[in-house]
Amino acid sequence: MAKFATLIVLFPLVGFLFVLINGRSLSEKQIGIAGTSAVGLSFVSTVITFFMLLGHSGREVTVNLFSWISVGSLHVPAALLVDPLSITMCLFVTGISTLIHLYSTGYMHGEKDFRKFFLYLNLFVFSMLVLVLANNLVLTFVGWEGVGACSYWLVSYYFDRDSAASAGKKAFVYNRVGDFGLLIAMFFLFSHLHTLNYISIFAGAGVLTPTIATLIVLSLLLAATGKSAQIPLFNWLPDAMEGPTPVSALIHAATMVTAGVYLLCRMAPVLALSVPGRTTIAIIGGVTAFVAATIATSQKDIKKVLAFSTVSQIGYMVMAVGAGAYSAAIFLMIAHAFFKALLFLGSGSVIHALNGEQDMQKMGGLQKYLPLTFPTFLIGWLTISGIPPFAGFWAKGDVLANVYGYSKILWALGVLTALLTAYYMSRLFVLTFRGTERFRAVTQGHDPHESPWVMTLPLVILSALSVLGGVIDLPWIHHSSLAGFLDPTFGYIPSVVTTGTVGQIVLALVDVIVALIGLIAAFSIWKTRTQSTRYESSFFEHVWRWDDFYDTTIGRPLTRVSKFAGEVVEPKIIDGAVTAVAASVRNSAQGVSKTQSGFVRHYALAMTLGLSVIVVYLVGRAG
Amino acid sequence: MHSSFLLSALILVPLLGAIGSMLTRKVPGRSYIAAVAASVVEVGIAFVVWITYNNHITGAATFDFATRHVISAPLGLAYDVALDGISLMMVMLTAIVVLLALLGSRERRSEPAFVSWMLVLTSFTMGSFLAHDVMEFFIFFELTLIPCFFIISQWGGKERANAALKFFIYTFVGSAFLFIGILYLGFAHQHQTGTALTFAYGALSTTTMSHSTAVWLFLAFAIAFAVKSPIWPLHTWSPLAYAEAPTAGSIELSALLAKLGSYGLLRFAVALLPLSLASVRPYVMTLAVIGILYGAALACVTPDLKRLVAYSSLGQMGFITLGIMTGSTIATSGAVLMMFNHGIITIGFFLVIDFIQKRRGSILLKDITGLQGPAPVLAALFTVLMMASVGLPGLAGFVGEFLILLGTFATHAWWGVFASLGVITAALYLLWLYQRVFHGEAVGDNAKITDATNHERWVLAPIVLLVVLIGVYPHIALEKITPSVQQIIEHVAPSGVNK
Repeated sequence: MAKFATLIVLFPLVGFLFVLINGRSLSEKQIGIAGTSAVGLSFVSTVITFFMLLGHSGREVTVNLFSWISVGSLHVPAALLVDPLSITMCLFVTGISTLIHLYSTGYMHGEKDFRKFFLYLNLFVFSMLVLVLANNLVLTFVGWEGVGACSYWLVSYYFDRDSAASAGKKAFVYNRVGDFGLLIAMFFLFSHLHTLNYISIFAGAGVLTPTIATLIVLSLLLAATGKSAQIPLFNWLPDAMEGPTPVSALIHAATMVTAGVYLLCRMAPVLALSVPGRTTIAIIGGVTAFVAATIATSQKDIKKVLAFSTVSQIGYMVMAVGAGAYSAAIFLMIAHAFFKALLFLGSGSVIHALNGEQDMQKMGGLQKYLPLTFPTFLIGWLTISGIPPFAGFWAKGDVLANVYGYSKILWALGVLTALLTAYYMSRLFVLTFRGTERFRAVTQGHDPHESPWVMTLPLVILSALSVLGGVIDLPWIHHSSLAGFLDPTFGYIPSVVTTGTVGQIVLALVDVIVALIGLIAAFSIWKTRTQSTRYESSFFEHVWRWDDFYDTTIGRPLTRVSKFAGEVVEPKIIDGAVTAVAASVRNSAQGVSKTQSGFVRHYALAMTLGLSVIVVYLVGRAG
Repeated sequence: MHSSFLLSALILVPLLGAIGSMLTRKVPGRSYIAAVAASVVEVGIAFVVWITYNNHITGAATFDFATRHVISAPLGLAYDVALDGISLMMVMLTAIVVLLALLGSRERRSEPAFVSWMLVLTSFTMGSFLAHDVMEFFIFFELTLIPCFFIISQWGGKERANAALKFFIYTFVGSAFLFIGILYLGFAHQHQTGTALTFAYGALSTTTMSHSTAVWLFLAFAIAFAVKSPIWPLHTWSPLAYAEAPTAGSIELSALLAKLGSYGLLRFAVALLPLSLASVRPYVMTLAVIGILYGAALACVTPDLKRLVAYSSLGQMGFITLGIMTGSTIATSGAVLMMFNHGIITIGFFLVIDFIQKRRGSILLKDITGLQGPAPVLAALFTVLMMASVGLPGLAGFVGEFLILLGTFATHAWWGVFASLGVITAALYLLWLYQRVFHGEAVGDNAKITDATNHERWVLAPIVLLVVLIGVYPHIALEKITPSVQQIIEHVAPSGVNK
């Protein structure tokens, strides 16, 4: 198994290096094949490793590669931990990555930096796999930062656009704030447990005092809010939509942004030690889910709606983690990866058909022109809205049922968010595919054309997964499903008290009813409108003025402090004294020599002589 | 079995190279070839030393290749060279820096005097890192000033006279204190033992002294080293000197001479004066943290690229100072690794700036934009260096920074937390720099520049490879560094050995 687990990580790295070294002599098609097959082979290795793990007696296998950092009591190996959680992550990460690589060969066709795109994409998959497979926090941090860097490069892919360059930078800096949290968490853990290996941490976590445990959990939460775009660090994600759409689908929907949730799940044994910490996590998740959903109701850009929808859905996952329902969080993460990748790729297909147009007001009536994109998008829309029997219904239902047992208030917030979700997604669906055709200006009067098969095939596969994805964790076979598989990882967490079967059915009914209300409301409002001051809020559209708030409270004051340091402290205060001395020396020196170089020579000589004299004098006195 | 001759060769070869350059100055281009040849030999010797260095020596004899010749017994002067894992890293760095500085920045290659001064400077720097006698160290340390002056004042930019003067005043004043401190320590040792005057490192490290003496001596030592590093607030010579010096000079100043400061701080101030540490540590560490954040703040508002690197270096040297002062093996090992890494990354930065200056005739941020379009390879190479400096794991910068912060947090949590903020600020100013210089649409003269030439690629390639190698497999350096650091920590702060 060790060999195949290593191959999971190795293939994308080899793909990256291959394209890096040979890239200039390869054609676009060859690069596409190399990049896609590297990730595809990684997926195959994952599947093999998965089945080997199923047959394995233990559920935790450590694969040592080499000693990475070893100083004093710190020993950080480059080692992989293959367990149910990491292999589950690998399965959907490599699977969806393969589909999106395939899609990209069509979507990025003819782009100037086609090669660079696949380089970064392969490097991203490698980093993501290091993140989930690492057996210690430092190695996870390698992947964690690696995906952040790839995200930066891919968001600012169209670097000659100022908005793209700024968005890339913003994404990286916000992520860095989160990384600060992860660093602090590592420092706390190492100071108290003298190890950063997951298994050793879990074994020794009992000695952490409640206060320290809470500080660690809150630091981890800060890390998660950065990477997973949660309040207070969520507002980089919508800007990140400046990247090419396959990037939005892969990095900013299906994989990287779920890394924060993964980290929290991974650290479940430490989370278990802090009730205040978990309460904070649950509240952050619930509030983010709701706030992002309100914002999504008023966006005009199709990708922005999906971006806020992602923030909102991850909010659900974080809320589930806070409630202790780790496997529900992972369930939703997988289902979300299916349907959100599907929706993003579908929107990419729409954007592709409309020569790059992203404004929904310039769409409409596309259903008859896009015979494959339309039905697959329809499935994605129904899935995210929580309509049975699609995957979203089961996954979101699992989260909400668990949250119901944890806190009725958060559950109500979650249900309200579900209503908004069905509403804004239906608004998007109606504005894009139904109603009047408003796209003729952007297509110069032509009919939009369906995308090539490399783009539609992933759509078909993802829509099949969205339809059937729920079967991996149906509530009545919990034991032999995802939850049962993940049990060895989360097993020692006391299971959340949930309601009985009847209660679950009632909760599910509530979910369906609010979804239908959202659907009907959106259809009745947006069937005849394309914009409305009554149903769209400027406050929501501008992200609750979040950026302005940071700008006035953090950005501008810090700029002022820097300017003050640069214009006053440095030249006037610190340097003032030195400059005065320098000036007086120069004035006296001009008497000695007219030329500066002569002066320096004299000075150097004087210094050497002076030192010698002092030496002789002191030695003589001591002698 | 190894020959101590190798260490003397490290000091002598550049001097011979300098003489060779001057002798061949009549034939155009010949002195440059002589200089490069000497640097290649230097790198070769350094590599042999690296291979043959016995890092399994334990106990008192961490120093390898030791040899001592007394020059003047009454004056206590001796030629004494030896090397441990810490010096070894610095020797490697010195050899690499001079070779790449000569190869990379060729604008002065036709001037025999310039390349000769570069080699003389290398020789003295080498001598400082190899000196196993405190007075000998001081002499080499002081001698480095002379070639520095000439490099800045003869070949610098518009304000070169001012820059050279400021550099001189700062370092000279600092050195005066250091000199008095060393003499005091030597005489104190003579009084205690009743033996002949000696400044041998091993002997002086056994000197006993009162707590207040130790503190005073530490201050005398630390001022000289704080100027060189630089440590805030004694840094204001550095932006001017870096900006005004010719590129090869900026590289020597920031990649090498700055390391003399932190090396001296660790080897002499910390290791010889352990009694002082408890009292001075919080203050020096606070200055280091201020340096990290202050450097970042100024890097955000500075108008030109060289000054930006100078302020960035102030922050990076803050991390190194912090690591050295913690008394933790992990942090100090990280600091030594970071000294090496920062040197390597800084060569790259200054070379790229030089390449930009050659093309655009300016290093002002307002003049340069959108270079990634016309020069994608240059942009890519710079990106690697930038990410290494930001501390991206997998590249060199991360390991040193991480070890420093981890060790600092374990021993002095609050300093660790505030220093960790530097992780965010470094990303802020470096990404901002990248956006200003490389992103955006290239207009006007910016659109016309050419991409990195083959020569430029070949100079930057070893730097980038080294950055990746140390990031992926830092063990190669840490296995040399850690035993020597542990030796010092055991001497000064037994409780910090495992932290």
